[in-house]
Amino acid sequence: MSLRDLLSPFYVWQRAFEKPYTTKRPTLDRPGAPAYRGFHINITETCVGCGSCHTICQNHAIDMVAVDEYVGRDGDSGLRPRFDYGRCCWCGLCVDICTAGSLRMSNEYAWISEDPGDFHFTAGIDDKPWQENALGYRRAEGYHLYPPKRITMPMLPVEESVNTFDEVVRGYDKEQAKKEADRCVECGICVATCPAHMDVPDYIHSIRDGDYEKGLQLMYRTNPFPATCGRICTRRCESVCPVGILGEPVAIRWLKRFIVDQVDKKDYPRILNEPIGESDFKVAIIGAGPGGLSAAYYLRQQGHAVTVYESRASAGGMLRYGVPSYRLPDVELDKDIEHILAIGVDIKYDTEIGRDISFETLLEDNDAIFMSTGLSVPSSMRIHGEDHPRVLSGLQVLADVASGRDPGIGKKIAVIGGGNVAMDAARVSRRLGADVTLLYRRRISDMPADDEEIDESQAEGVVIVQQAIPVEVLDADGTERVCIKWGEAKMVDDPKGGRPRPVLQEDRMHTETYDCIISAIGQSSDLGYLSSEVQDQLAIEWGRFKPVEYQHTMMEKVFVGGDFANRTADAISAIEDGHHAARGINRFLNPDAFIKAEMQDE
Amino acid sequence: MTSLNRHTLTGHSAALDFSQPEPVDLSSGKYVKLWQGPQHPGITGNMSLELTLEGDTIIGCKTHVGYLHRGFEKLMERRTFIQNFTVVCRIAVPEPTFNEYLYSHAVEELSGIEIPDRAVWLRTLNLELMRLASFLMWIGGQSGAFGMYTVPNWTLSHRDFVLDLFEEMTGARIYHMYIVPGGVRAGLPEGFEKRARDVMDSTEKMLGQVERVMFNNAVTKARSRGLGIIDPEMIDPYGIVGPNARACGVARDLRKDEPYLAYDQLDFDIITGHDCDAYGRAWQRLQETRQSIDLIRQCLDRMPVDGPFQADMPNVLHWKVPAGETYVKAECTRGEYGYYMVTDGSEYVRRVHVRGPSYTHAIAVMERLAVGCNIADIAGLMVSLHTYPPEIER
Repeated sequence: MSLRDLLSPFYVWQRAFEKPYTTKRPTLDRPGAPAYRGFHINITETCVGCGSCHTICQNHAIDMVAVDEYVGRDGDSGLRPRFDYGRCCWCGLCVDICTAGSLRMSNEYAWISEDPGDFHFTAGIDDKPWQENALGYRRAEGYHLYPPKRITMPMLPVEESVNTFDEVVRGYDKEQAKKEADRCVECGICVATCPAHMDVPDYIHSIRDGDYEKGLQLMYRTNPFPATCGRICTRRCESVCPVGILGEPVAIRWLKRFIVDQVDKKDYPRILNEPIGESDFKVAIIGAGPGGLSAAYYLRQQGHAVTVYESRASAGGMLRYGVPSYRLPDVELDKDIEHILAIGVDIKYDTEIGRDISFETLLEDNDAIFMSTGLSVPSSMRIHGEDHPRVLSGLQVLADVASGRDPGIGKKIAVIGGGNVAMDAARVSRRLGADVTLLYRRRISDMPADDEEIDESQAEGVVIVQQAIPVEVLDADGTERVCIKWGEAKMVDDPKGGRPRPVLQEDRMHTETYDCIISAIGQSSDLGYLSSEVQDQLAIEWGRFKPVEYQHTMMEKVFVGGDFANRTADAISAIEDGHHAARGINRFLNPDAFIKAEMQDE
Repeated sequence: MTSLNRHTLTGHSAALDFSQPEPVDLSSGKYVKLWQGPQHPGITGNMSLELTLEGDTIIGCKTHVGYLHRGFEKLMERRTFIQNFTVVCRIAVPEPTFNEYLYSHAVEELSGIEIPDRAVWLRTLNLELMRLASFLMWIGGQSGAFGMYTVPNWTLSHRDFVLDLFEEMTGARIYHMYIVPGGVRAGLPEGFEKRARDVMDSTEKMLGQVERVMFNNAVTKARSRGLGIIDPEMIDPYGIVGPNARACGVARDLRKDEPYLAYDQLDFDIITGHDCDAYGRAWQRLQETRQSIDLIRQCLDRMPVDGPFQADMPNVLHWKVPAGETYVKAECTRGEYGYYMVTDGSEYVRRVHVRGPSYTHAIAVMERLAVGCNIADIAGLMVSLHTYPPEIER
């Protein structure tokens, strides 16, 4: 021990004259760091209530509670996270997983309240002083707890696809499908949005488990057309998928297709093995499209004798005659239809109601009727010269191609319209070797067609002329060809706030000669098979039905569904109409059993 | 692996005498039984020592643990792989990030995830900052245990400056939850490097002051020299690791022996001492604190400033890790810290076993070294082993 050891400790006194290390009023003088994980903030307008925060919270500190303001909003569960600060550990995983990016944390960390209930609050709904705080923790750029990007779908290259009717989309392999299925956060917003309420998260789960048979069973509970919908569904589910808010939505449609692709058709009876009930009722179905066959499938399971009347030589309706085979090959459509027929549904082809059998006879002979004859009459362009022999309808061209007939379109054609039928007609024409110009009266961004369809048609060489209003169809003198006169349109804002309206500019007219013009601007229903008396009783408006509950009409035995009875006019809505009508018909035929069954379900 | 020969238990060394002492007759009035803890400032956390005294001298010591048992290993079997990383940090409160790193590393190893370079460096920086913060707290504890309360004020203040850095970097001061399976949660905020260097400079200056008042101190020397001597022969049989072993001259440091993260790219040597007593261990830790500052500066100099900090991850909500088992380890402030993990291919871990250095140091070694000490020195001895009870009771 030295003298130094005795004196040296007194050095501490030097610190007494220096600035202290401590802060006098920590909560006031020392705010949390800019990225501090403090109290939660939720931007409730952006939040869609997917509940991923609730799922990931290891403390069960987050409950999803209904908030009136958001209940019933499209693509929104109507729920918002409610935090329990007696449980929260401020790990911030809820912020990291938030699919909408609406959840964050403020850098506030001190909060005093005498009411313990205050510490249980719905962020963004219950007023808290830190709600407007601009600082605090949020997920860093480049940090993800699920893959934000979709697995790329293998497609036929454009050079090849434009020359063949082979399917363009090739489908995922097992590895790709598993990876894509992995992206699902299982929120179920898709289930609520799907017109048929398909059990999307569960069948995606079955892909992750590699149990495709279970996936198939789940799909058939609500949709007997999975092979079809797995290809051409309008997939409203994907438009609301929360994974798509900050990234790309889960490829729900392709995953559905993947499951069907994995299961051999001959295994369907074993896997699905639908129990067939017992019943003495007879039900007739008019139209073997997706609506009619879906109703037939679910009605047959109740044991009713189901007969489907189809005016054409094959079943499928628009799926067969309106959707080109490069999007939906016949063999895939047949996979769905054959299974429906296999459970004992009787079908009469080439039988037209009103011609071969009268509607009244049908009404007389059956206990209930489901009508789903869709929209089969092309709408008129309402311009002079429209009845020219070289003006064809898109539906006709598609039906001809589907039936193996040559539509005789020629080498240079124009397609009028901006919907999916117009796109199909244009792409089919490209495959038949024609140069295709597509005229649309509004802008490409206004087109009702799928974005995917628009992009692919352009890639395949369809020239889209936007803001082009057809004015008149003229003879091309002395030839088999046809002239169209069209004018450029100016988009004028709607003073009432609706979408901008195209206004023809008289001084900017063009005339062009084509081998043919394909008109595809919409279609309407053909109800000629119904007498005017029946039509009156059914309360038809503008060729469309407005069914009441369970797809019932004003006539006792008659139920309707499909394109002419709903506003969305797509396959999945028709399928749901059929399923829903089947429930309605059961209720109508056997109310007691129906109520019993419903109660059991609950 | 060490410069010492391995010793077998068959040797006749007194250090390796594991025989139990004869029970004493308490009714004789010659002895006193005394409980120190579980709430006692001289214990590093909630555990207790059952001491038998003869006069001032301890003739028997038995440790009692369990006051902090929260069942972490079991909790982890009921939580998904992503949820667990918020639990593991609680296993060692003063240095949570070693748990975060090892847990993440084990999961990554079993699922075959390779983390990007920037994440490697950010993790290294994070772990070294943690080491620094932990050592600063320890110096304060050791000084306080010998009755000098000025030094804790300095070192804990500087620990708080390091925690400020953590707060900026990770969003929290104690439970950072920054190292996550797949990488880290964020890059460095703007201006962090400058502030980190400032803290390093002031801490280095403060350590000089600590050396003057605590190490060149007649009282400290009088009380810690010769206290709790670890016989080098005890190192292997007792599983003594970290600074406790290095202070006895055993050059054993996982950062050098089996380099992980970016340690093979950093320039440093293993520091060893030769005094095996409490003073020697304190001196060892002071030098290692300085080394830590140096390593932090090296990290700041060399780490990449941009690029990804997270590997491509599956959806963590239903993440299944392939079946397998692994043992991963790292050199924490107190020695080898290890995670043994078994997975069965499900969404949950089958078994995790956490190996913390406190288990041996606070129980077997403590029971051994306490015998013969003065009752007044028990606190100083316990702190000199640098143990954390929560880590004993995972």
